[in-house]
Amino acid sequence: MKVLRTIPVFVLLVFFAFPALVHAARIGDVTDTDWGEQTFRFLSLRDAAVRNAVLGSVFMGVGCGLFGGYVVARRLALFGDTLSHAVLPGVALGFLWSRSKDPVAIFIGATVAGLLGTFVVAWIRKTTRVKEDSALGLVLSGFYAVGICILTVIQQMEFGNQSGIDKFLFGQAAALSSEDVSLMGVVAIGALMMVTLFNKELLVTSFDEGFARSVGVPVEFIRYVLLVGLTFAVVTSLQAVGVVLVSALLITPAATAYLLTDRMGTLLLLSALFGVAGGLLGSYGSFLGNNLPTGPFMVLACTSFFAIAFFCGPKHGLVSKWLRRRNRVRQVSLENTMKAAYQVLEAGDFAKESVTVGALAARRRTSVTEARREADDLVNAGFASMLGSDDPGPRYSQDARLSLTPAGWERACQIVRNHRLWELYLTNEVRYAADHVHEDAEKIEHVLGEKVVRHLERILKDPQRDPHGSVIPSLEDIERGSGLSTNPASATGYFQQN
Amino acid sequence: MAHPPPLEIHDLTVSYDRKPVLYGVDVVVETGSLVGVVGPNGAGKSTLIKTIMGIVQPNGGWVKIFGQPYRKAVTRVGYVPQRESVDWDFPVSVMDVVLMGRYGHAGFMRRVSKRDRRIASECLEKVNMQPFSDRQIGNLSGGQQQRVFLARALAQESDLYLMDEPFAGVDAATETAIVELLRDLKERGKTLIVVHHDLSSAREYFDKLMLLNMRLVAYGEMEETFTPDLLQKTYGGRLTILSDVAGQAAGRSEFEQEGTPKL
Repeated sequence: MKVLRTIPVFVLLVFFAFPALVHAARIGDVTDTDWGEQTFRFLSLRDAAVRNAVLGSVFMGVGCGLFGGYVVARRLALFGDTLSHAVLPGVALGFLWSRSKDPVAIFIGATVAGLLGTFVVAWIRKTTRVKEDSALGLVLSGFYAVGICILTVIQQMEFGNQSGIDKFLFGQAAALSSEDVSLMGVVAIGALMMVTLFNKELLVTSFDEGFARSVGVPVEFIRYVLLVGLTFAVVTSLQAVGVVLVSALLITPAATAYLLTDRMGTLLLLSALFGVAGGLLGSYGSFLGNNLPTGPFMVLACTSFFAIAFFCGPKHGLVSKWLRRRNRVRQVSLENTMKAAYQVLEAGDFAKESVTVGALAARRRTSVTEARREADDLVNAGFASMLGSDDPGPRYSQDARLSLTPAGWERACQIVRNHRLWELYLTNEVRYAADHVHEDAEKIEHVLGEKVVRHLERILKDPQRDPHGSVIPSLEDIERGSGLSTNPASATGYFQQN
Repeated sequence: MAHPPPLEIHDLTVSYDRKPVLYGVDVVVETGSLVGVVGPNGAGKSTLIKTIMGIVQPNGGWVKIFGQPYRKAVTRVGYVPQRESVDWDFPVSVMDVVLMGRYGHAGFMRRVSKRDRRIASECLEKVNMQPFSDRQIGNLSGGQQQRVFLARALAQESDLYLMDEPFAGVDAATETAIVELLRDLKERGKTLIVVHHDLSSAREYFDKLMLLNMRLVAYGEMEETFTPDLLQKTYGGRLTILSDVAGQAAGRSEFEQEGTPKL
């Protein structure tokens, strides 16, 4: 960043040295070092070049985003990459032909080269044994190499030096002319029209081409529309993003949207939004950095969106998945502690209202410290409370006493019930041996829902004891609460109240 | 002819890269037939279906659907492709897929109507998939995915149905449901041509058989075509299962007397 800050200072010095240049100042020639003021300059859209860059980014985001949605859904990413590299010789030839940066000449040259590239891919695939991925790689590198060669020749020519032809490699949004921007606008409107007019045809050909053909959709025509539109989107974006990275603008926003939704319509909308946002952020970044190449900035912005969706997406995001898993692990641990407390109470015929941490540790087969930590977790979750909290001494020994709250008692009863019902189901219905069922029940007890429990009860005819002879806690036991019983005989057993 | 047959194939030859897959196939399928297409792997069963639908171009011969070329009979043909032929991660819902069955009726560049939605919803109901209509298609079991494809074909409201391995990789419940559906369609006068991979159940499920191995070995009623001789000709002793099934076909009358019609 330090380097970035020194560049404006240097430019400023040049400006003071050559006052005449100030009148010719273009947007990129940064005149002050204050980032806030620069931001204001960018946002106020005062300069024509900024306006062009912003408008261009919006159009490009919409165009590339919409076409990109189909590129990703149809698995054409590699094709998009090839197409974007194959246009380079056309750009160079268009430049040579017009001897200037004439947008129309370059547009025509690039379109012809792009379509020629896709034709060569199809030709190689049809006539030889070479598979599609190799054919794509072949055309990508071959065409690109030709383009670079012609470009080098141009730069050595007398008109080539100030041409700005090099901008096509890495992109320069600030160098967009209003003609460039209107071409981009045409592509964006075309993309919008294509999506609305051919919505269902595009959907069915992308999903199931054979079926599309069988219901009479003109599959070839739709593919042709998509291909030509895609070529136009790539060619018009070249100025802003550059040949090298333009395919990222097709792939990255759409791939980000693909992580976030399961519907094509939403995917296209999000993809266009990410495209626009990435384009704007990129041109802003490039503007702040004194007209550094725009392409890398835009791709960086889009890639950051992807990274955020990848890690934090609500459904498929890694962090969200991790959080969900952690919650589950925590829940299982809490439930196991409650179950242990229940079992300790049960072993004492429910005569007492509370259990000691020492007894809990013995039941859980862990250290007193570990049991103590688990007990604290229960307390924090509101499932239990510590008794005798006035006295700090015993709180930290194994004699500290833990009492389940009504919520804790209810959950403990449910878990024990689930466990014992499942064991009974496995032995009676699935014919497992009684000593084989515990491990399975240990896992199942945490995930059995009330619906399945009701079903199990029906199958097992409202049982009262599990295969090992322990009483299955009933609804009445839950309502009774822990240790509130005047009769410490035992739990009353499941469904005895009926 | 007042009522041209649902399907007429004349001297059809298809090849991939100059390697013939189907050779000189002639067949006429009558209205209301429930036909099973069987044959060994690579016999050209799927190719036959795809050629009928105009997805694959033949090298010779022709196909007529209700006396017309396929392009003119589009709305009269329903199609169930192989389940593996599509990407099930594709961002569409069950309802979206079934609605595709209405595209042929809606017409080019037209939106689907409320009526189309209602029909699609009814078709989902018929295959017991209505509760899943909003679900992304990847979150379904194999059998459920197959039922979505069937619902889409039903939504086409066609007279001739072509199905490519609808029983492949489905659970027993779905298999029963599909058989019932096929029977029901036949009762309503539809014509069904179903590619099938399992010889033993083919006898139970279909009324007619089309035995295919590059050439059309035989086509006709089950009793006439499910014979050891013709099965041997079709499979050429390449499959070990064949001898069992052929044996069963030979001893069929005994089997039925013993009260075990299922093979």
